[in-house]
Amino acid sequence: MNYTDGQLEQKSLKLRRSVVKWIKHAGAGHTGGSLSCIDILNVLYNRILNVSPENFTSPDRDRYVQSKGHAVEALFVVLADAGFFDESDLETLCCYQSHYVGHPTRKVNGVEQNTGGLGHGLPICVGTALAGKMDAKDYRVYTLLGDGELAEGSNWEAAMSAAHYKLDNLTAVIDCNTLQIAGRTADVMNSEPLVEKWEAFGWAVRRIDGHDIAALTEALRDPLEAGKPSMVIADTVKGRGVSFMEDVGKWHHGVPNDEEFAKAMEGFDMQLAAKEGALS
Amino acid sequence: MRQAFIEELTLLAETNLNLFLIVGDLGYSVVEPFAERFPDRFLNAGVAEQNMTGLAAGLASCGFHVFTYSIANFPTLRCLEQIRNDVCYHNLPVTVVSVGGGMAYGNLGYSHHATEDLAVTLPLPNIRVIAPGDPFETRLATRELCKKPGPSYLRLGKAREPTIHAAIDGIKDLRTLQILQEGSDVMLVSTGGILEQVKAAAERLTQSGICAGYSSSPYLKPFDEAGLLSIALKTKIIISVEEHGVGGLSSLISETLHRNNMNTLFRCLKTQTENYKFVGSQKHLRAKHGLDEEHISSFAMTCLADLADAT
Ligand SMILES: Cc1ncc(C[n+]2csc(CCOP(=O)(O)OP(=O)(O)O)c2C)c(N)n1
Ligand SMILES: [Mg+2]
Repeated sequence: MNYTDGQLEQKSLKLRRSVVKWIKHAGAGHTGGSLSCIDILNVLYNRILNVSPENFTSPDRDRYVQSKGHAVEALFVVLADAGFFDESDLETLCCYQSHYVGHPTRKVNGVEQNTGGLGHGLPICVGTALAGKMDAKDYRVYTLLGDGELAEGSNWEAAMSAAHYKLDNLTAVIDCNTLQIAGRTADVMNSEPLVEKWEAFGWAVRRIDGHDIAALTEALRDPLEAGKPSMVIADTVKGRGVSFMEDVGKWHHGVPNDEEFAKAMEGFDMQLAAKEGALS
Repeated sequence: MRQAFIEELTLLAETNLNLFLIVGDLGYSVVEPFAERFPDRFLNAGVAEQNMTGLAAGLASCGFHVFTYSIANFPTLRCLEQIRNDVCYHNLPVTVVSVGGGMAYGNLGYSHHATEDLAVTLPLPNIRVIAPGDPFETRLATRELCKKPGPSYLRLGKAREPTIHAAIDGIKDLRTLQILQEGSDVMLVSTGGILEQVKAAAERLTQSGICAGYSSSPYLKPFDEAGLLSIALKTKIIISVEEHGVGGLSSLISETLHRNNMNTLFRCLKTQTENYKFVGSQKHLRAKHGLDEEHISSFAMTCLADLADAT
């Protein structure tokens, strides 16, 4: 289905509401980092990726690996929305014997790669992108990293190799929400200047507003430059969409109490009503 | 246990000016007492366990006793070569601390379970490996590590573990096997936070008229061989219980018994690789691996019945 930017913005609001709803239901979850990356996943799954429940087993499908695996709730609601499974499956989120657990697992339809330990996604994607080149396939490979995650050295080993192998079929996105568990990334382990670093490693780099549907679409659609891997630095707000969670570190992992939950839902209802008004 | 650890460490750091704590972007709402009291001896090294460990080795080579702190297998497996080459081989005072030994982070999946950490740290040179069974053992272990700094691994449970020892003063020597109850029919020997299940299992067995004992082995290296051998002389069956796979306590016990020509019946309860695909709360996972009080006690009954049949 072809969505307008406005329709995708509306979808993002619904997806965010679902994230908070299911985390509340499960009593656990990485709330802040799931809310910050919703627009990125929404654009990827609804505009960019050639991947669907129908072609998921095809060797020609595009690949999306969520390296920041803790934001699994975002991935689950987006996959459910894309028809990989029924959203009601999430009733079992975090229950014993459910496949819907605290990090992505391939037991869930649509999940490309198990993640959880940070710093694994990019090296794996270098491998799948390299395989694509060797097999002369057209598929593209995407991965999502956290800004705190960038401190893992494995990312920089992968950065060097992706440029070395000229993997222009690989796009990495940084969900640059400026927070990690224990505070501001700039205070814990400053990763800036990101644009200069990735350029120096041989990547084509674009820095955009990570909540701007049109800008995301533009940046993610094609390789930014032939012969180079693409890096999209998406500036985002952790906890986006819930007023009292926005840019507040403690919501990295956390479940709203009943009162907070009601307030969050009310906030989404208002944002959705405004969006519907604007669309009609 | 993590609370007991940080309280002790903060207290010790008042007088031991060489104590240094580095976290790998974890310990939020746990390590603050230390971080706020000693900002000059605290670092968050970010999500970078290899660098955290190498950096710790560097600080340690300049006289600090450095504690590195993270969860599950991140401070051990992720940076094993730094621990092996930079810390242990050079006999440097670095204590690796992991919170969530075993399957305390059950719902987060296999990436967050520590079920091989003992197997990979035990063979390293110069290292001490300690997995306390309750908050009291945790406090004493922290004190001992600070008194005699060196390469070490402190494997903790998570939070709210019950105290099993009656009092901290009752623990004479933490380096020995802690016999909490003698048992001439069966002796359960455990390491780490699973001790509470072992205690409950021993109570069940006692109620069924079996003379069942239980004990904790906080020190895995050096391992109290003499303590084990004296148990072996006093009981019919030894059963080890640990939230870890092969290469931990069970391997130490079987090797010790074998090397000393002891033929006391030995059986072990540990995690099984074929069950690593399961995810759930720690409680569920312990049951799945046969490590909860029901399974431990029924397993002991079966072992006793088999022994009676055989003799
Ligand atoms: C190797 C490893 N070390 C530590 C962790 C624990 N951990 C989970 S999320 C997180 C912070 C990540 O921050 P960031 O990448 O900025 O994620 P976001 O802000 O998008 O949630 C940490 C340290 C982990 N999952 N893996
Ligand atoms: Mg972040």
